[in-house]
Amino acid sequence: MESPDQIRSRLLARFPGAAVAVVANPGPAAQHSLLLAPADARAIAQFLRDEPGLRLDFCSNVTGVDWLDREVTEVATTTVPDPAGGPAKLVEQKTKRQQPGYLEVVYHLYSIELRHGPVILRLRTGNRSDRVAVPSLTPVWRSCEFQEREVFDLYGVVFDGHPDLRRILMWDEYKDHPMRKDYVEPDDYEWEPTPHGDVLAKAKAHYPAAEPAAAAPKEEPGP
Amino acid sequence: MSFSDLSPLESSPGPKVRAVHDEFHGDLLEVSMGPHHPSTHGVFRMNVTLDGETVVRLKPVFGYLHRNHEKIGENASYLGSMPYTDRLDYLCSMTNNWAYALAVERLSGQAVPERAEYLRVILAELTRLLNHTCLAGFLLQDCGASGTPLMYAFREREKILDLFEALSGSRMMCNFQRFGGCRTDATPGWLGAARALADGYGAFLDEYEELLTGNEILMARTQGIGRLPAKLAVSAGVTGPMLRAAGVGYDLRKVDGYGVYPRFDFRVPIGADGDTYDRYMVRILEMRESIKILEQALRTIPQGPIIDPKARLRGFRAKPGEVYSRIEGPKGEIGFFLISEGGPNPYRYRVRPPSFINLTILEDLCVGHSIADTVVILGSIDIVLGEVDR
Repeated sequence: MESPDQIRSRLLARFPGAAVAVVANPGPAAQHSLLLAPADARAIAQFLRDEPGLRLDFCSNVTGVDWLDREVTEVATTTVPDPAGGPAKLVEQKTKRQQPGYLEVVYHLYSIELRHGPVILRLRTGNRSDRVAVPSLTPVWRSCEFQEREVFDLYGVVFDGHPDLRRILMWDEYKDHPMRKDYVEPDDYEWEPTPHGDVLAKAKAHYPAAEPAAAAPKEEPGP
Repeated sequence: MSFSDLSPLESSPGPKVRAVHDEFHGDLLEVSMGPHHPSTHGVFRMNVTLDGETVVRLKPVFGYLHRNHEKIGENASYLGSMPYTDRLDYLCSMTNNWAYALAVERLSGQAVPERAEYLRVILAELTRLLNHTCLAGFLLQDCGASGTPLMYAFREREKILDLFEALSGSRMMCNFQRFGGCRTDATPGWLGAARALADGYGAFLDEYEELLTGNEILMARTQGIGRLPAKLAVSAGVTGPMLRAAGVGYDLRKVDGYGVYPRFDFRVPIGADGDTYDRYMVRILEMRESIKILEQALRTIPQGPIIDPKARLRGFRAKPGEVYSRIEGPKGEIGFFLISEGGPNPYRYRVRPPSFINLTILEDLCVGHSIADTVVILGSIDIVLGEVDR
């Protein structure tokens, strides 16, 4: 089995302009992953599946991770020469930086033909609000079909090119994405606009745009 | 972008659906099967479009049992999630526990004593017997053989559940594995009872097979029904007996060799046609291999501690990092994906549910068959809704 660095250089040789980075995993499991730019993801995924030395034909697990905005402290050490001629001093300078949040989709790939794995792919969205689209890998591995729907449902990542992107676990009318870290549970899941005081006020706070439901367009049965 | 733009990717689009409209065929009829239907093994719905009695379209609807297990796992301590994994696939709590314990052990680099590894194998194989026995009973029930085979299967299942109850205190919600070993040790009496059960199980299987395997009605209802091609099975991430019945010999006990499985001598049965009958037969043959593993493990289980004395359970914290770890559960690959940021809870807790992902190909299997066959096909996929909906 090739290491993520080897796979990265192989990918860069095949796709010269692609942005591929290795995300290190500091834990004892040391399962490092490859971070792909969404624009190249579909072509790279297809290459990983079909390349004879890799043959990653089995996409085992697809899941989302929500990373909130966070403050990152970076420590930079600089050497300051002593003007009096003594030994140079090491000065630590801490800078705080706001790292914007994003949603991440993680794919765990194995090869049934060559019996190796896992190779881990990560795709990141631009932010957590309006740039949440990544390309769907369902055309490459059919096993992504339901799992990407689940990530769409629970995290709100939009998969471009998915054949049937609908909610899968929550009901269709549901507004929110419950696996997000900043999700607030509604007080009454089965809220209907009935006038009983506290619940109505809370529900209005949770569904600010709640209006009387318009009649849904009726779907034609069958082709 | 449409699927036709991706011509080399022939395995991806869904099944080809064709409905006939002429003077011999009436309108298509949409039937909502479930959620409260005895054949759906829980609360599961299939929106089936029928042309006469033939299925032309089938869309599964999930979520009736959804309680956001993964969110609860992110808000509970590592140990606090252990009893909750019992409730995923409530027939196989022992293997769910093992999959989760193994993931946490790999996340933190925790070692497991030899005796615990053997006991885990014994319990996992008993779980496999239990699950496949139940499946065979329910499959016959779905074919319309009401009562008798299911009751025979449940009689044997109850004997295994008695063993689980003696060891863990609970028949089904065992909550037995811990990070670094098992919760309690098995007494010599318990091991003797397990050996007696393993010795007698072959005779039960012989009797059961005599009743069913060559049965003409069973063969008529299952052979050639719901055929799953190997290529589609691999692409769709189908695992476990479903994948092996399609002719792909991929068993994580052999491939990953986790625990002490490499020490045991057993074979991996695979099917030839990938139809419902093969899925039934692969499970029967797998049970016979499980009996062989049980006999070897019970003969060679070493003495020693059952849990690493240095293992920390309450207040457990893992170093920052992440892990994806998987085992061969009775229904397929059950995996856990954990991300730790060093805190008392995992930052991300993900279950890879085999029965949910095996349902991806339900429509492909059912299109073209009659509505009665969808019930049998769904039964042969082997789902538990506690795991599908999480």
